Amino acid sequence: MSNFNRRDFIKISSAATVSASVGLNTLANSPTVAKIVGDLAEPGASSRTPTYCEICFWQCAGWVVKDKDGRPWKIVGNEEDQHSLGRMCTRGSGGLGAYLDPDRLKKPLIRSEERGKQVFREASWEEAFNYIAKKMEAIATQYGPDRVCLFSHGCGGPFFKTLINAYGSENVAAPSYAQCRGPRQEAFGLTFGADLGSPENTDIKNAKCLVLMGSHLGENLHNTQVQEFGQAIEAGCTIITVDPRFSVAAGKSKYWLPIKPSTDLALVLSWIHCLIEEEIYNKDYVKKYTIGFEKLKAEVASYTPEWAYSITSIKPEIIRQTAREMAQAAPAVIVHPSRHVAWYGDDTQRMRGIAILNALLGGWGHRGGFYQLQKAGVPECSAPLAKKAKNNWRGQLDGKYPLASMPPANFLCDKTVEGYYKGWFVYGTNLSQCLPEPQKTEEAISKLDLLVVIDTMPAEITGWADVVLPECTYLERFDELRDKPGRRRQIALRAPAFEPLYDSKPAWWIAKNLAITMGIGAAFPWANIEELLNDQLAKLGTSMEEMKKVGVKNLGEEGALCVEDGLELHFKTKSGKIELYSQTLEDLGFDPIPKYTAHETPPDGYYRLIYGRTPTHTFGRTINNPILNQVQAENDLWVHPTVAKRWNLQNGQYVKVKNQAGVASLPIRVRITERIRNDALYMAHGFGHTDKRLSRAHLKGANDTALIDKVKVDPIMGATGFRGTFVTFDEV
Amino acid sequence: MTAKQKHKYAMVIDTRKCVGCGNCVVGCKMENRVPEGLHRDWVVEEVHGTYPNISVELRSERCNHCINPPCVYACPTGASHVKSGQNITLVDRDKCTGCKACIAACPYDVRFIMPEGYVGKCTFCDHRVEQGLDPACVSVCPTHCMHFGDLNNPLSKVSKLLASRKYKLLAPEAGTGPQLYFLL
Repeated sequence: MSNFNRRDFIKISSAATVSASVGLNTLANSPTVAKIVGDLAEPGASSRTPTYCEICFWQCAGWVVKDKDGRPWKIVGNEEDQHSLGRMCTRGSGGLGAYLDPDRLKKPLIRSEERGKQVFREASWEEAFNYIAKKMEAIATQYGPDRVCLFSHGCGGPFFKTLINAYGSENVAAPSYAQCRGPRQEAFGLTFGADLGSPENTDIKNAKCLVLMGSHLGENLHNTQVQEFGQAIEAGCTIITVDPRFSVAAGKSKYWLPIKPSTDLALVLSWIHCLIEEEIYNKDYVKKYTIGFEKLKAEVASYTPEWAYSITSIKPEIIRQTAREMAQAAPAVIVHPSRHVAWYGDDTQRMRGIAILNALLGGWGHRGGFYQLQKAGVPECSAPLAKKAKNNWRGQLDGKYPLASMPPANFLCDKTVEGYYKGWFVYGTNLSQCLPEPQKTEEAISKLDLLVVIDTMPAEITGWADVVLPECTYLERFDELRDKPGRRRQIALRAPAFEPLYDSKPAWWIAKNLAITMGIGAAFPWANIEELLNDQLAKLGTSMEEMKKVGVKNLGEEGALCVEDGLELHFKTKSGKIELYSQTLEDLGFDPIPKYTAHETPPDGYYRLIYGRTPTHTFGRTINNPILNQVQAENDLWVHPTVAKRWNLQNGQYVKVKNQAGVASLPIRVRITERIRNDALYMAHGFGHTDKRLSRAHLKGANDTALIDKVKVDPIMGATGFRGTFVTFDEV
Repeated sequence: MTAKQKHKYAMVIDTRKCVGCGNCVVGCKMENRVPEGLHRDWVVEEVHGTYPNISVELRSERCNHCINPPCVYACPTGASHVKSGQNITLVDRDKCTGCKACIAACPYDVRFIMPEGYVGKCTFCDHRVEQGLDPACVSVCPTHCMHFGDLNNPLSKVSKLLASRKYKLLAPEAGTGPQLYFLL
C-alpha cells in the first residue's frame, strides 16, 4: 500500500511531455481511427473509441476519449461492460501512459556484433522476419519444430500460438499458469469439474461472508471484484482476512487472522474439522452433490483448532468462531480462490482444501457464492492445425506433473537448460521478472539458438533477445474480440484510437507476416484482422459499425446463474459429483484428501519474504508508465518495529536484503509498520528494473523475484513455490 | 461569505469503503491534464494501534472548498476567489502573480505552483459540475466510496449520508468550514 502523500511523489523528467507532442503529430487525419461523435457524455470531448484494457488481464472495456482539439485525453469505463461496470481502475485510467511512453520499443532490433561488442541494430520488418525464418528453418531441420516454445501473456498471444502451432510446436506456456493460477485451476477442476474463469465467478456483491486467504482485494485491483467488495462492505458482509500482513482488505474485515506464513493449509483443514465436528456444514448440499464425505470426516478428525493453533498461531476460539460465521452465512459464502497461489510446492493440495471448504459450505452454484459462467462463444480465428506436432512438451515430462494442463514455463526452462529446447518466442511477458531463480532463466537463454521477444516496452528479457519485435500498444490496434465468460454472454471490441507510433505493429500483423515469410501463411486465413472481426461479428449477429458505437454487446440467451434462479447443478468430474475425495489423485499416488505438511521456517535473523500487488501497477509492466509512475515510482520494504529495532533501521532509509544464497536486492526504502508480523518482510512486486532503457523504472525499488530461491515445485502440476525464500538485511 | 450561497457543494467520502487505490488521483490527472509530478488530490493513509490490534484509515484528500476560505482572504490580487453563488474556490490564472500568500494561508496544503507560475488546485471539476456531472475523482472511484452533491438540498445523497452516518472533518478547529466529509 503506497502512501499517496503529495509531498512524497517523485519528480521525474519532462520526457513524457515531449513524447505527448510526438504522439499528437501522428494523430492528425489518421484514416483508420474510429471516430464516433454523438451522444457523448463527456463535455469537451470530440471523439471516443471503444477499447478493452490491456494494462492488466482483467480486460475492462472503456472508451478512449479525445478532447475538442483531437488530443488524447483520458480513458473512461463503458457503462455496459460487465468487467469495468463503467469505471476503469487506477491502472486503466492511466492507460494512455502506455501509448505516450517515450521509452517504447520503436523499431525491429537484431542482435549483432560491432567491434567485438554485442549490440542491437535497427532493422526493417522484412529483414527481421527473414532472420527469424532462417533460424526457425535451421532448428526444424536439425532438431525438429517441436524444439520451439512460446511464452505468452496478453491478447496478442493467440496469434503467436497459431504461428508456432503451424510451424509444428505445441509448447505454448504462460507464466500465468505455473507461476500463478495453475494450482487453483487444477484443484477446483478436480473438486468441482469446472474452471473458475478469469475474472472469477465469485458473486461477491451478494455474499454474506467473504473469506480472503492469499487475496488482498483492493491492493490487487481486480476491478469488478473490488467494486463488488465495496458493495459487500456496504451491505455488511462478514469479511474474514487471513494474511500475515494487515492488508487494506484486513482493515475492512470483521476478523483479521495474522497467520504464520506457510501454515494456511492447517487453518483450512481445521475449519473443515470444525464444520464437520459441530455439524454445521451444509448437509443437504453435501448429501446431494458430493462424494467422499465420510473419508473426509475421518481424515480431518485430528485437525482440531487446538492442533492448528500450535501451527498457525491463530487462537482456537477464533478458528471456531470464524468457521461458525461461514456456516451461518452459507450458502452465500465465498472462500476466495485468489489468484497467485504458487507458494510452497504443495499448492494444488492447499487449493483443494479451499475447494473442499467451499463445497462443505455449499456456495458453488448459489447466490452469494460462485455463479455459473456464461460464455459468448466467438468463432475461432485460426485455421485448424495443419499438422499435429509429433512430439510435444507432455512427452518430455517423463512422468512428472501428471495433472499439468499446460506446460509449466519453469519446466520448459529446465529442459532448455538441458539443451532440449532451442528456440523461444516470448510475447508480452518479462520472463526475467516472472520466473523464479532468474539465474536459471539466463542459463536457459544462453543455450538457445533463437530468442524472439515481442513487446511494446523494453525490459530485462528483451536485453537477452536475438530479435526484438516492437508491438504497438492496445490503443493503436484491433485485437480479437474479448470473449470472457461472466454473468452475461458479452463481447467487447478493441478498436485503434491512434495510428501506431514509430515502426510498431499489431501482434496479428507480426504473426501473420512472419508466418508468410516462413511459408506457413495459410494458418491465418484472413487478409487482415478487420476481415476476421467482420466475419466473426456477422456470425454473432452484429457488425463492426454497431460495435464501434457500443463497444460491448450482450448476446442474450443467458442461462441461470445460480440455483435460486433455477440453475441445475452438474459437475464435470469423473464421478459427476463434487469430489471431496479425489480418486484421480489417489490413482496418481497423491493424497486424495489434502494432508498438512510443515514447511521450513526462517532461521534466526532471517525473515520470510512475502510480496504482493500495488493498486497502481500491473507486475513490472507499468512501472515505467509516465502517468502511473507519478503515483508510485518505487516499492517499500515493510518491517515490523521490533525487527527494525534489532537491525537499527530508520523509517525511510534504504537497505538491501539478501537471501540465503547471498543474492542481494537493490536498495529498498524501509517502511516500519505495525501492519506486518515480525517473522516476515513484505514488498510490492514488479519494481527494481535493471534495464536502463526503462528510464523511470531503472533501479527504482527492489525486485522480489530476483531473490526467490529454494523453489519447491508442485509434483501434481508443476507450479513453482515462490514463498520459501528467507532474507536478512545486507549493508544496513 | 456569511450570506448563504445557493449551492453548498460537498464531497462525502466513505473511509470504510475506500481501498486507497489512487484512481481518484489518476482520474483527476487525466481529466485536468495536471502537469507531471503535481497532484490536485492524493490519498492519505493513517495507521492506528499496535500489532495485532490495528486500524487503517484511508482518505482521498483535496481542496476543502471552505465556506470561510482563508486562501481567498489572503490573496492580494483577487485571483483566488469563490465562484458566485456557491463555495467552489477557484484561481483566476490571469490575475495570479504566484505570490504564494494563499499557499501559506491554506491549512490543508492543497495548493501548488504550476510550471507557468500561477497557483493550481482542485476545482471540484467545476467544468463537469456545470454540466450536472460528478467531479472526475468521484466518477472513476471503483468502490463508489466518494459522493458529490449539494448540502443545501436536504434530499441529496450527500445530505442523507451526513444525516445517517458519523463523519469527521479535517482541521475543523481552523474555522474554515471545510466541505470534505469523511464517513467513519
